[in-house]
Amino acid sequence: MTELNLLPLSGIAVIVIGFALRFNPLLVVTSAGLVTGFAVGIDFVDLIVTFGEKFMNSRQLASFLLILPVIAILERYGLQQRAKAWVAGIKGATTSRILSMYFVVRECSAALGLINLAGQAQTVRPLLAPMAIGAAANQYGDLPQDVKDMIGAHAAACDNIAVFFGEDIFIAFGAVLLMDAFLKENGIAGIEPLHIGLWAIPTAIAALIVHLFRLARFEAKIRAEIARCQQQQSEEEQTPSNTNSALKEESL
Amino acid sequence: MSLMNTSDAQSSLLSIDNIYLLIGFIVMFLVVKTLQDKAHPKRLTTALFWFLFGSVFIFGDASIALIGERNTYLWIGINVVIIALLAGMNMVSMGNYDMPCERAKTEDANRFGNKLFVPAVLIPIVTVICTIILSEIQLGDFYLFDQEHVTLSALTLACTIALLVSWKITKGSPLQALSESRRLVDSIGWAAILPQMLAMLGGVFIVANTGTAIQDLVTLFISPDNRFMLVVLYCVGMALFTMIMGNAFAAFPVMTAGIALPFLIQGHGADPAPLVAIGMYSGYCGTLMTPMAANFNIVPAALLDLKDKYQVIKVQIPTAITLLVINIFLMYGVVF
Repeated sequence: MTELNLLPLSGIAVIVIGFALRFNPLLVVTSAGLVTGFAVGIDFVDLIVTFGEKFMNSRQLASFLLILPVIAILERYGLQQRAKAWVAGIKGATTSRILSMYFVVRECSAALGLINLAGQAQTVRPLLAPMAIGAAANQYGDLPQDVKDMIGAHAAACDNIAVFFGEDIFIAFGAVLLMDAFLKENGIAGIEPLHIGLWAIPTAIAALIVHLFRLARFEAKIRAEIARCQQQQSEEEQTPSNTNSALKEESL
Repeated sequence: MSLMNTSDAQSSLLSIDNIYLLIGFIVMFLVVKTLQDKAHPKRLTTALFWFLFGSVFIFGDASIALIGERNTYLWIGINVVIIALLAGMNMVSMGNYDMPCERAKTEDANRFGNKLFVPAVLIPIVTVICTIILSEIQLGDFYLFDQEHVTLSALTLACTIALLVSWKITKGSPLQALSESRRLVDSIGWAAILPQMLAMLGGVFIVANTGTAIQDLVTLFISPDNRFMLVVLYCVGMALFTMIMGNAFAAFPVMTAGIALPFLIQGHGADPAPLVAIGMYSGYCGTLMTPMAANFNIVPAALLDLKDKYQVIKVQIPTAITLLVINIFLMYGVVF
């Protein structure tokens, strides 16, 4: 049983503190490298040389830059507008159908590397959340603010979950290349990014099933939440203010 | 390692060295464009940031031949520190881009229709097909693809084809595509370099034997013979560590070097590809459950004016925990 040496872990402490204090991640990571080097007594020049060597040997991580010109020119000619029009064209929808449809499209497009095609700012706020809330309003009339918030939060969650579990299938995504670089750096040869991407598929499918299942039950939850809010309101015996309908107009 | 790369470079057309040069030229083109952007609020420092980054790609290999490995690594190491300082002092920012107005883009979108999706979809399809079919094609003595980096070579070819197709569809030239990509690169900003920095940190951890320290720590609590508990520890560890750091990329090198590599790969002969893929996804389960991942969890709550700024996280927790459990059993089932 050797004595436990915790000095090499000092860099991890720097990362935790640095991220918690919201310093720039590049600065945090570099500082963590410096602190780790000092803690275990690596000569300063050797440490900088190690920085350079590892940075240079992981250059394949920048290969996503090759894709950007294609995406950029397509965006210049209306790729996002086309995607929006496509989603907006979905008819006869309930809240959970809209969210499910978006989830499937978002996860599949992320798997194809189209990560920036949608997002919280580009699509969730201007498009998805209003559509999902609008569908519920069509069905139930004016919605209490709590219900709107709940639907909005679900819309945001759909985007996150779909893109997270879709993107690792795409081989040029940073995470896959980072794993590839890590394995190569540690002397494990013969694995292509494609293999790692393929092994992301089972979890991606599981995410699809789990979340679509939850969305399928979401309609019932909306109904229950509306009933709860109405009961609460009648207990308070106050007339509902006009702000609800005003907010609805705005969000539609 | 680098000797091997150089010899490979001579026997394939799309060699990794040429791909790095291509990336370098793209970055340098963006540097020139940034310098031409007179209204850019942080023109010089942003240009310097990308120049230092691009120079590693353009001059890296030549520099090794010219001044040797150690000197090359030394100047790159210094570059890295300056890059981190520039980003840390908030001296890298967006510039100005002449994008057409929303209406013009909508008109274009209607004109081109779903054809606009074609080049984007071509990239992954061509990449996969080329990786499978073309990887061993030889022209005389030359391999078409770098045998050490088949996927990346295929990706480069796919991007070139996609660029030509989008040129044909939109009539916008490849040069225009390059200028337009400055908008995307700038919006990604310093985050574009984060994966490479984290790989670097992982490398430093290896030199400093950080993995060994975690390994020692782990053996205090769990028997190295217990496969299932090791898998649980790796997956849950990835999720918890990601929750603390707000970033699965940062958690990955540490947890994988500390647990997956020594105990699961070396100790029990686990298959590395599914192990790391599922391990990273376990980290993503953590990302869904932490306010530290502000861009994904807190910013949307603000964008949507939610009363409870943790509501997005609360909605995500059931899916995240279910997937973490699935990941644990999936990993246990497939890696051994």
